[in-house]
Amino acid sequence: MKFRRKSGVESKISTSSMPDIIFMLLIFFMVTTVLREYSGLPVSLPKAERIEKLESKRHTSDIWVSKDGLISIEDKLFNNDDVRHIMYEKRAADPQLTVSLKADQSARMEVISGVHNELRKADALKLNYSTKVKVPN
Amino acid sequence: MAIRERKARTGAIPEGGMADIAFLLLVFFLVTTTIDMDKGLGIILPAEGQELEINKKNILNCLISSSGAVLLGGEPVELKDLSRRVQEELRENDKLIVSVKAHEKAQYDVYIEVLDQLKLAKATRISIAETE
Repeated sequence: MKFRRKSGVESKISTSSMPDIIFMLLIFFMVTTVLREYSGLPVSLPKAERIEKLESKRHTSDIWVSKDGLISIEDKLFNNDDVRHIMYEKRAADPQLTVSLKADQSARMEVISGVHNELRKADALKLNYSTKVKVPN
Repeated sequence: MAIRERKARTGAIPEGGMADIAFLLLVFFLVTTTIDMDKGLGIILPAEGQELEINKKNILNCLISSSGAVLLGGEPVELKDLSRRVQEELRENDKLIVSVKAHEKAQYDVYIEVLDQLKLAKATRISIAETE
């Protein structure tokens, strides 16, 4: 009776599917990250302690208010009275919309109040005042 | 002179380096994407034409002047005392609505500070009055 010699077991991990795995990872990261869409106006945000995170970047729309009272949405300047039209359209497209107001800390309240009124007219009622984190002392 | 025989060419693309290329792409995308989560003070604005009549006893007026001074119920308060004072008022009357009213020339950061203090005092009923 002939004994066949045991073949040596290869202990190598197959690397041929490695590119596929990494490409999968790459595609996953590309799909899940939302890139910053607009550069906005240069503002220095105020600071606050009791802050909350915005739920989702996909349901957020930004309004920038500079210290000179300029209002910018999607990198276009708007008059106060035109804010309601664009926000109304956004609100109609996304009922979960949250407006993130990025206003400069030395902006005047008359501009902020004007934006409030426009948002109320556009029925975009979820508002978030974008702030930096203040360390409680 | 010996003529060397040409090597037989194979049409296969070497796939050994494929993993490295994909890794490089992955690292590039990881490095270039900045995850900046937006944070801030959340508030729900009242809907248009939804003004309610509220008993005057349940309203606490908080006024912000153009110079940044804060008046709570007619008395001037320091910003850092605001949350404590509102907490005291809330203890007496839990139906209290804090109405924040800012002068149109007031600065935004004072307003944010006031809202922050009100949130610190756990005042859930905050009303934003129009500027005068």
